[in-house]
Amino acid sequence: MQDLLRRYGTNLTYMCIALTFFWLVILVLLPNFTMLESSFRPYLAKVDEGGPLDFYSLGNYGKILGNNVDTSLFGMSFQLPVRVKVFLLTIFYSAVVTVITFVLAYPLAYYLAKIASPKSLPTLFLLLFVPLWVSEILRSFAWWIILAFKGPLNALLMSLGIIDNEIRWIAGFSPVIIGLVYTYVLFMVFPLYNAMQSLDSNQIEAAEDLGSPWWRTHWRVILPHAKPGIASGAVMVFMLSAGSLLVPSLLGSTTSGWFTQTIQEIMLGSQDWNAGAAFAFMLLLACTLFVSVMMRVFGVKLSDIAK
Amino acid sequence: MKKNSNFLFHLYMALFLAYLLIPLFVMGGAAFNASKLPTIYPWKGWTDQWFIELWNDNRIWGAFRNTLLVAIAVAAISVPVGTAAAILINSISGRIRSVLYGMMVAPILIPGVVIGISTLLFWNNLSVGSGLHLSVLGQVSYIASFVMLLVLARLQSFDPSLEEAALDLGATHGQVMRRILLPHLYPALGAGAAISFFQSIENFNVTLFTRGGADTLTVYVFSKVRSGITPTINALALLLILFTLGAAVWYEVSRRRKESILLAHEAEGLRAAEIGH
Repeated sequence: MQDLLRRYGTNLTYMCIALTFFWLVILVLLPNFTMLESSFRPYLAKVDEGGPLDFYSLGNYGKILGNNVDTSLFGMSFQLPVRVKVFLLTIFYSAVVTVITFVLAYPLAYYLAKIASPKSLPTLFLLLFVPLWVSEILRSFAWWIILAFKGPLNALLMSLGIIDNEIRWIAGFSPVIIGLVYTYVLFMVFPLYNAMQSLDSNQIEAAEDLGSPWWRTHWRVILPHAKPGIASGAVMVFMLSAGSLLVPSLLGSTTSGWFTQTIQEIMLGSQDWNAGAAFAFMLLLACTLFVSVMMRVFGVKLSDIAK
Repeated sequence: MKKNSNFLFHLYMALFLAYLLIPLFVMGGAAFNASKLPTIYPWKGWTDQWFIELWNDNRIWGAFRNTLLVAIAVAAISVPVGTAAAILINSISGRIRSVLYGMMVAPILIPGVVIGISTLLFWNNLSVGSGLHLSVLGQVSYIASFVMLLVLARLQSFDPSLEEAALDLGATHGQVMRRILLPHLYPALGAGAAISFFQSIENFNVTLFTRGGADTLTVYVFSKVRSGITPTINALALLLILFTLGAAVWYEVSRRRKESILLAHEAEGLRAAEIGH
């Protein structure tokens, strides 16, 4: 701080502080506090605001209950409120997407970090970056075309004789998962690559020389070294998936509700901003919980994740 | 054995690239299909009809203009904010630093839906109605984090004694900032501006909740996909892809040229040194 004053003088220092204050307080903290505060207030007509009906309660959070639907899990059947079910399924399928992206990205990251010739890397990265610059909506739209009932994928599979009749791809959660994996897999590739790249290749060779089979080299040498990359990739993919609204809206069907869609429907459909705030806060809480669990499990800090 | 597994890895890389790129070709190809629905199968013949319809679609161009305006505003605010935050955090240490750092990084991890709703509610309480200005503020709240990280990384390679020297030689504080620190940060500022711009164009979640009635490109495309779509969107998508591809290739080519110039300079320097001996 003293250092800053000495170098840039009071005016510039205060300007830095003011800009940072504007960002962190006006744009981040206060809006989130406002959201938390309104989530405890009832949804009222303008005239009733500040009146006897306007008191804090957990009523908005209670709106997640109600409308029980039949659910079955591991052969057990039970009743679950529809929004709770959507919430849990969103978390569950986001985790599934995270695992799939990891499985897809791991060999690729290893290839880029340890096998590909350094000369070809810039070109490979350029090609990998292309889809990243194409917006999310267009990428899910591409899959909307591919997976259509009378679309190219079914036509291809039928002409190859792999299937006899068209498959209805756009049903249930599988198209959403396909879309999310496609959209976010690169957010797993790059952190993994960064982590593996810093591993000394001699360590791999040493393991091989000492007779370690390839899978044990990966399990005992490369995976542990890639931990920070796994954590940051998993956090990014999970957050993006759970928070995605475009992909589930475009590729989902009536049987695949995503929690962000519930929030959107309440905010923009029923215009119940207070309940919307409560639900948004629940999503934020779930995501924060996930990040803290990942940081605990992988033993990494926030500064390792944000790179 | 080694050769074998390398071949498998090369194959996997090729398959992965195909997996990433084929959907984009499918989408681009559908822009030329004379079918009313956007698809490449069944193929009903070549047409440029969709590009003409795109050209005549005023709503798209309005949305396009809005998108550009928002993106420029977001970049114009995010870059100074993120830079100021990076300079500030680089000069402090200890507990305050880690708390501030956490607060600056956290917005990246907040779901866009949450940012959109919290921004809307906060400004609405202050009687500021929804509209694209709120979209800008909401987007800045997390895009500034990217700029901060980029500038902070660049600051690590900065030599503070240059500033000391300038101050000793009688430079003013403004001159130190303008002539010494900022020129060192230029690459990071440029990258920050580019990332802000593209992140903003791509944004959907924040914009959806804060936009009021205004259209941006993503929101417009979204409404089209749900309410009956024609291949005009594919024509638009193809143009956008070609544009970004062009920009990426241009960036790569100029990077390589710079590299080769640098190498040539180094070779020249070595030769000169040898002659000197």
